[in-house]
Amino acid sequence: MIKAKNVSYKYSNQEGKDYFALKNINIEIKEGEFVAILGHNGSGKSTFAKHLNALLLPLEGTVYIDGMDTREEKYLWNIRQTAGMVFQNPDNQIVATIVEEDVAFGPENLGLEPNIIRKRVDEALLTVDMFEYRKHSPHLLSGGQKQRVAIAGILAMKPRCIILDEPTAMLDPSGRKEVIETIIKLNKEENITIVLITHFMDEAVNADRIYIMEEGHVVMEGTPKEIFSKVDEIKKLGLDVPQVTELAHMLIDEGIDLPKDVLTVDEMVVELCRLK
Amino acid sequence: MLKDITIGQYIPGDTPIHNLDPRIKIIITFAFIAALFFINKFFGYLFVVAFMIMAVGLSKIPVRYIFKGLKPLLVIILLTVALNIFMTEGEVIYTIWKLRITKEGLIQAAFMALRLIFLITGASLLTLTTSPISLTDGIEKLLNPLRSIGVPAHELAMMMTIALRFIPTLLEETDKIMKAQMARGADFETGNIISRARAMVPLLVPLFISAFRRADELALAMEARCYRGGENRTRMKQLSIEFRDYMALIITIVFFLAILWSRYFVK
Repeated sequence: MIKAKNVSYKYSNQEGKDYFALKNINIEIKEGEFVAILGHNGSGKSTFAKHLNALLLPLEGTVYIDGMDTREEKYLWNIRQTAGMVFQNPDNQIVATIVEEDVAFGPENLGLEPNIIRKRVDEALLTVDMFEYRKHSPHLLSGGQKQRVAIAGILAMKPRCIILDEPTAMLDPSGRKEVIETIIKLNKEENITIVLITHFMDEAVNADRIYIMEEGHVVMEGTPKEIFSKVDEIKKLGLDVPQVTELAHMLIDEGIDLPKDVLTVDEMVVELCRLK
Repeated sequence: MLKDITIGQYIPGDTPIHNLDPRIKIIITFAFIAALFFINKFFGYLFVVAFMIMAVGLSKIPVRYIFKGLKPLLVIILLTVALNIFMTEGEVIYTIWKLRITKEGLIQAAFMALRLIFLITGASLLTLTTSPISLTDGIEKLLNPLRSIGVPAHELAMMMTIALRFIPTLLEETDKIMKAQMARGADFETGNIISRARAMVPLLVPLFISAFRRADELALAMEARCYRGGENRTRMKQLSIEFRDYMALIITIVFFLAILWSRYFVK
């Protein structure tokens, strides 16, 4: 579905000096996968996300979306329709003054027939559970609701892959939960490939695979269990592991017999009960 | 404190006037305003009053809302009245100091005042019964034929939509910045006009910076959603002209003819 081969990209800063935001990135994501990309600020994860939607083009290397090279002009709109993108700030990606009009924005740009747009808008709003708010004005919604409207706006374009660039960074805990639940639902029920860029470890736990980026490189790759069991390595990168995993790690250090890859509270409960 | 500001003065409703096609409503409003300038005797205003009573009655908008629109323009109306009273030559009926009030002046003043009042109330009936979005849609569709001569109809409508979308967001932000600056001791309320204007600088600078950042992000988000201008773009909601629109047009034409008749054929 997504294939990045030896991708490099550099920005020039104000003094005219270049620095590489991406260096030799190789990432492959299969259809239907849920992949999380972790890394702290400046690690290049957002720059990478913009490459998947052809908003940025690689300086070296190639990005293929569903076999289409992002540098080929003729594929541009196909790529943007195939790989939809949700951004961090929900306020700055909603265009219209009514929820359903905003969801219709994408399909309208694709030049679809009005009755088809209507159908897609209703379906998308039902999927993200915002149908009853379709006539509302976006500025009266909560952050989590706005972000779900933004997701519906992408869904209405029938993408096969959705890239979410820190979609929960500006939300409160309950909004964050709403959005993550919606993302998981899209992945499991609609079989949409998900690329979730985030710096919340608890969100990455739900992914099939995790990439960790640092200074433009991919430094770690694996399933959540593989990645988070390496607590010390992750801490060295300045990142956190999920709280429960950290607790397990500390208990193991104290000599208690626990597996290293406990990721959720439920798993922890099971493991702790087994101890007796 | 900035939250109470409402945009436009649209009062939602489900009346024949509300449900008219916005294009038709805009055309009717322009025809109404044009008709006002054809009137040359008080008799003509009878038709205007009848037309307005019918329109307002059908729209079920409380009359006080209709007159509320006059308030901000009261000064202009009064100025027009004063100028007409004192500047018109004719039969003098009263003199205050050097100013002469003439009979013709009084008539002319009343005439002009009526014209202004009807003009304003007619226009506000349009904005009271049409939501800003359908107004924008209507303007876009009406300007569409002019695209071949270079009128950017779609771009204008898109700009208006985005402006409407971001007014509440930016107001909220202004409120936030104001509170943040006040918490650090900024004073927006005391002092003369100059010092108050100067106090606005720490408010406007962050507001502008953030507005530009928002514009940048919005452009990116629009591009990511395949926006490429008005070409080949379709709309979910189609405007359609229905029976009531034709009726309204016919009534307007009759009204316009009546005004022309009053001007040219009534002595």
